Amino acid sequence: MISADLNIILPEILLSVFAMAALVGAVYSGKDKLAPLLVWITSALFLALAFWIGTTGEGTQVAFNGMFVNDGFARFAKVVILVSAGAVLLMSEGYMQRRGLLRFEYPLLITLAVVGMMMMVSAGDLMALYMGLELQSLSLYVVASLRRDSAKSTEAGLKYFVLGALSSGLLLYGASLTYGFAGTTLFSGIIQTATDGNMPVGLLIGLTMLIAGLAFKVSAVPFHMWTPDVYEGSPTPVTAFFATAPKVAAMALFARLMHDAFGEATSDWGQVIALLSVLSMFLGAIAAIGQRDIKRLMAYSSIAHMGYALMGLAAGTELGVQAMLIYMAIYVTMNVGTFAFILSMERDGQPVTDIQSLGMYSTKEPGKALAMLVLLFSLAGVPPLVGFFGKLYVLRAAYDAGLAWLAVAGVVASVIGAFYYLRIVYYMYFGQDREDALDGGKSPVLWGFLMVSAVIMVVGVVNLFGIEGVAQAAAATLVN
Amino acid sequence: MIGLEHYLTVAAVLFVIGIFGLFLNRKNVIILLMSIELMLLAVNINLVAFSTHLGDLVGQVFTLFVLTVAAAEAAIGLAILVCFFRNRGTIAVEDVNVMKG
Repeated sequence: MISADLNIILPEILLSVFAMAALVGAVYSGKDKLAPLLVWITSALFLALAFWIGTTGEGTQVAFNGMFVNDGFARFAKVVILVSAGAVLLMSEGYMQRRGLLRFEYPLLITLAVVGMMMMVSAGDLMALYMGLELQSLSLYVVASLRRDSAKSTEAGLKYFVLGALSSGLLLYGASLTYGFAGTTLFSGIIQTATDGNMPVGLLIGLTMLIAGLAFKVSAVPFHMWTPDVYEGSPTPVTAFFATAPKVAAMALFARLMHDAFGEATSDWGQVIALLSVLSMFLGAIAAIGQRDIKRLMAYSSIAHMGYALMGLAAGTELGVQAMLIYMAIYVTMNVGTFAFILSMERDGQPVTDIQSLGMYSTKEPGKALAMLVLLFSLAGVPPLVGFFGKLYVLRAAYDAGLAWLAVAGVVASVIGAFYYLRIVYYMYFGQDREDALDGGKSPVLWGFLMVSAVIMVVGVVNLFGIEGVAQAAAATLVN
Repeated sequence: MIGLEHYLTVAAVLFVIGIFGLFLNRKNVIILLMSIELMLLAVNINLVAFSTHLGDLVGQVFTLFVLTVAAAEAAIGLAILVCFFRNRGTIAVEDVNVMKG
């Protein structure tokens, strides 16, 4: 039996063994000299595992008496997580190398965080959920303060740590109440007690606190306070990582907990998530308007985007989960490209994050400016780019679930949010050419990611690369 | 007779003290770490109380996991705090303010 169980969690075991072996190996040999090599190996491993998980594995496999679930939903999320983490690692290598930041711990901490995320999306038990979440969070706290000689980076790490620990505490308190009132920590056991209309009060409080803890992790309003500071203070490659894989993992975990453990009580949590969603969309759209720092701006942008993804979840239907998965996959693709552009923003070798320094960027780098324009339009949800279809799916899911007010609010917030994306475009094409304007930026890797991401945003409108059917199959395994 | 409610009440009180410690404390980041610890220990009391009440061992296993994670969390928190102190020369909460927000 145990060998069958171990077989199911083989990808996670491989990654953790790799991380530990590489850690010992690097400590006893070249240390930071090995870092570039480790980055390449790690990201190759991520992509290979993504390919493996994506092409093999059928049906729903359950390991360790239901604690670990490997179904289509988990596989979809894992592939997105692994591919985006691999892409971000590749993008960060050059940037960190130039600034003397590339330590061998970086790829290893990312690997451990990814193991945690894979645990999260496969969790079938409150304990597995908590352990995965903490493995991810503890690695991310350290990565946030990676630039340990910078006041900003350590402050970002400290803020992230304190607020992250608070959210873990809330989540855990919710988990303990859920355990007490449902009598089990298994999702498959909780769902039998948690039925619509006659939930015990203790279970209801537990559910609320679980939602609050997870809302912290996906940075939904009113639990978003850490996001702008952590995004601004962390080194830019780390910010790029924060904006992609952990968001997918937290969103997938959210969906799994709600549907696997509380799937019979949709009306109890649907309204709460709808409220989180509408607050996130509006705060993200409005608060970003005053931002001058592009990393802070992307933080508010990600808050708004999480609002849309939560809208899919709030619907509480299979269509909603499918829309959420499609939205997250599109969001990650857009963000990888956008951060490839942000990573290439520099002047005299120093990173620049002020959006006004983009003045007349289009005359210097027409190709990159055009790619960024496509990505920004896509982030804003302007048809006919792929970002528009992501929004369309969640809006349709919300509307079909009878949440028409939420869909209308989403459209309004999207129009407000378009303003700050378009302002960056304005600076690039019509802004003032300033003396302290940016250098061109010559990294071919970043250029490649930016272009590929932009091309996907245009070409993907044909059939979204078939992701619709895959996401539907994944959602069907979760909601039934 | 001390029943389940008493344990739950103590745990709830400790948890709330922990949360208030996080938000009201303006002096020292170490106190934040203590508040976090208090919250996690309140959860442990909850879990053990439920475990005995239900006659089910899972809660106590959960407690062991939480204890381990809490230790790791404290280690990482202190490590980040040491780095912060080296850069800023202070660990007062009101000095954690290079970035607004």
